[in-house]
Formats: sequence, C-alpha cells, structure tokens
Amino acid sequence: MAEKKRGIMKKTPLYEKHIMHNGKMVDFANFKMPIQYSSIIKEVKAVRESVGLFDVSHMGEIEVSGADALDFVNWVTTNNVANLEVWQAQYTTMLYPEGGIVDDLLVYRLPERILLVVNASNQDKDFEWIMENKKGNIEIKNRGEYYFQLALQGPLSKKVMKKILKEDPDEIKFYWAKEEEISGIKVIISRTGYTGEDGFEIYGDAKVGSKVWDLLMKAGETTGIHITPCGLGARDILRLEMGYCLYGNDISRDTIPLEAGLSWIVKMDKSDFIGKESLAKKKEEGLTRKLIGMNLEGRAIPRHGYLIYKEGKQIGEVTSGYYSPTLGYPIAMGYVARPFYEIGTKLEIEIRKKMIEGEVITLPFWKNGSLKR
Amino acid sequence: MKILDELFYTEDHEWIRQENGEIIEGITDYAQSELSDIVYIELPEKGIEVHKGEAIGTIEAVKTVSDLYAALSGTVIEVNGELEGHPELINKDPYDTGWIVRIKISNPKELEGLLDAEEYKEIIEGEE
Repeated sequence: MAEKKRGIMKKTPLYEKHIMHNGKMVDFANFKMPIQYSSIIKEVKAVRESVGLFDVSHMGEIEVSGADALDFVNWVTTNNVANLEVWQAQYTTMLYPEGGIVDDLLVYRLPERILLVVNASNQDKDFEWIMENKKGNIEIKNRGEYYFQLALQGPLSKKVMKKILKEDPDEIKFYWAKEEEISGIKVIISRTGYTGEDGFEIYGDAKVGSKVWDLLMKAGETTGIHITPCGLGARDILRLEMGYCLYGNDISRDTIPLEAGLSWIVKMDKSDFIGKESLAKKKEEGLTRKLIGMNLEGRAIPRHGYLIYKEGKQIGEVTSGYYSPTLGYPIAMGYVARPFYEIGTKLEIEIRKKMIEGEVITLPFWKNGSLKR
Repeated sequence: MKILDELFYTEDHEWIRQENGEIIEGITDYAQSELSDIVYIELPEKGIEVHKGEAIGTIEAVKTVSDLYAALSGTVIEVNGELEGHPELINKDPYDTGWIVRIKISNPKELEGLLDAEEYKEIIEGEE
C-alpha cells in the first residue's frame, strides 16, 4: 500500500514476456501493463479469427473460506451463489446499500473456498468493503499477489488447450472451471473471458506464470496455430464490441446494475443482499436512464465523456467509444435519458463541435463471436 | 525511430519538407508510432488560411485522438486525399505517401523557428 502511494508501479509475473514481445508498456491500476504489442487492430483480429493470449495478472483475487462463506458471498453480491455447484463460476456485481456498484466480478465456487476475481483498480477497495461487511464464520484473504492470470481467447483457443490438457477441453463447459496439471504445474482452468469468443482463463501460482505462458505458446507452435500476444488496448475494444461493461467507464458507484443492462445478474428473489432494498425501490419508481449501444455515421470516433443529444437537447453521455476494427465503423456505449433509450431511436453525438448522427441498436455490436453458451 | 536529415521538425512532432516557398507537412515516425493504428483523419479544406501552431486537423487512432497543427502560417494549397480511404498510410510511410498537407507559406521568417533533425532527435530522446 505504501508503495502505491509513492507511485511505484508493480510488475506482473509476465513482465519479462511483455518486454520480450516488444510490449508498449503503460501504467494501469498500479501495474506496468502492455497496452499493445504490434498493433491493436491486429491483436483484435487475432482474437476474432484465431487466438490471442492476454496477461491479466493485474486482476485482483480475494478468497473467502469457512462454514459461512457461501452465505456471506451471497450477501455481498447480487447473483445467486447458492445455485452454484462446486467448480462453477458466475458473473456478478457487488453493490453499496444505495444500489451503486462497488465492482463487477467473477465468483468461482471451489472445493474449499470461494474465489472472487475483481478489477485491478478496485482490488483494495473491494477487499476493504468485504472486510467491513464481514459476518459469520469466514476467513477472507487478499490474494492478488499470489495468482497469475492468463486469458487465451479466440475460436482456435480450444485446439491449443487440447494440446496441453489430458482431456477434451469441452469437458470444461462455459462458466465452469477445473483444476488441471499441465506439465507438472497445478492450475485452475476456466471457460470464461471478456472477448465474446470461445476462450479459457488460467489461474495459478504467480511463480509459474511465465512457464504457463511458454507452455501455451509452445502448444500453439506444435499445433501450427500462431498465438498473438494481446494487450489491454485490444481487450478494451473486444469487450466493447460485445457491449460488456468496464468498471470506471460504464459502471461505477454512480450507476445501478438495472440501468447498466445487468439485471440478469441481479437476483431479486434470492435471500437478502446489500443494495437489494434500494434496487427494489428504484425499480418501482422506474428507471430514468439506460446504458445503450449506438452505431454512428461517418468515421469520427466518439470517446468517453462526449455528449449525446436529441434535437439539440443533451440527453446523455458516452461512457465508452471506439473505432471497431471488426465492424469497420465507430461504436459507442453511453447512458441516455428515458425514453430515448428505445432501440431504433435516432440520436446525435457531439464530436469536435459537430453533431454526428447515430442510432440506438441492440447490443452486442459484434454478433458473430465463437462463444457458445 | 526514423528521423530524416533533410527535413525540419516541430516540437509537436510534425515534419516539414521545404520546396520553393511551399512546405509539405506530415507527422513523424515517432508520432505515428506513439499514436499507432490511425483509423481516420480530418483534413483542413483547400484554400483556407492557417496560422502557425493552429489546430488544422484531427488524427484519430484506435486508442486516442490527436490534433494536427499548422507548422507554419500560410494557405493550404493541397491535402493528401489518399488518407481519407487509407489513413494507415501515415503509420506505414509517414515521410512519403503518408504526407498530410501542402501549405504556401506567408511568413518565411517562421522557418527559422523549426528544429533540424539533430534537435528533434534530442526532443524524442527526452520523451522516451
């Protein structure tokens, strides 16, 4: 913690790999991370058409164990943990009592513990929040330093995994995980990702992170599949093409899951959870705005913070915007006021004092991903 | 990073090729590499008058957006229309086919304020 305040950046266990692959390193959530290697466009294409490898070891991990672990996690998160079987995972949010979002995260039910995978930038905040709300017979550990995390993503990722697993990768279903030993290294392999493509996320002891990177790269070579190292830039675009939220951009303490299109991970009919009462109230009052996706005319790119208008009146703001390399045109997500969030509504985004026309569309932007639920 | 000896430069990472009272302007190899993946460029209109240091266009890269500044005062007499369909030319070939504007300069004295290759190199080394 003291280190962070002095602004010293941490390195992930894969740092040497990034340098070796000419990663362009930037400071992100207290880590030195590669924003890109060769080109963001090429990296996005690799994930959509073949396979890419991301170091996401900056993500935070929090472990909860003890007799009341399941009940406790069900109390601090919005999805229903009680429904999870051992080795199953779920996407969820943690809320403040007012309904604003503490973080979005993955919950894994492992045999002896529950593993929470949280955003790098929120790791300490999340840990403190969980500690503050601690109840029952549980033990909580901040384990970000222990784990490496790699994401192998793309339609060909399964072929690469087949090479290093003893069993068929399809034994691991979407949003399920498994403990595996690859070349004598114990890892957790999960069928998850943030790209909209078929893919795997691999967790394990930070000490062996770079060995697992090498094993994956080598498995690619022996199967004749080139694995492209991918940076945070590609990751951000891939997730936006899928309409996935990024904490700090599209969701925050000031947004509630219902308006962010995340109602599907809020189970109002489960046992009580932090934020439930506020959400119920807001649901009854009706939502005043929603997070929407927009296609735009022309090629100017909408960016975070640009304003959205309807007939000259400001009705919203862009939270994420990029040029989509997969689609070949600019895309944006943002919050717009009721009733302008209906699909098909024509809106304008102000880009450098010009009004650019756009239309509210059904998310995701990219509908042809290899991800099969 | 490629820096050509025969060109002049600005601190905003534009290069300038001087030709009989006209200049051709583009962005440097260093600038294109920092921006990376240029996907769209807004060019100034032909015939408009521009002032040294004034924003005359916009360069959109995947991750970020950057202004293009007039390196010198004068009149825009030509823009590189190829860039409309192929903005990536700036990434591929920043000093040649990726050129951006041609300006007929109105104040030749401003030329003295430009950097030579050696001076520009020092600036880049300072930023890296």
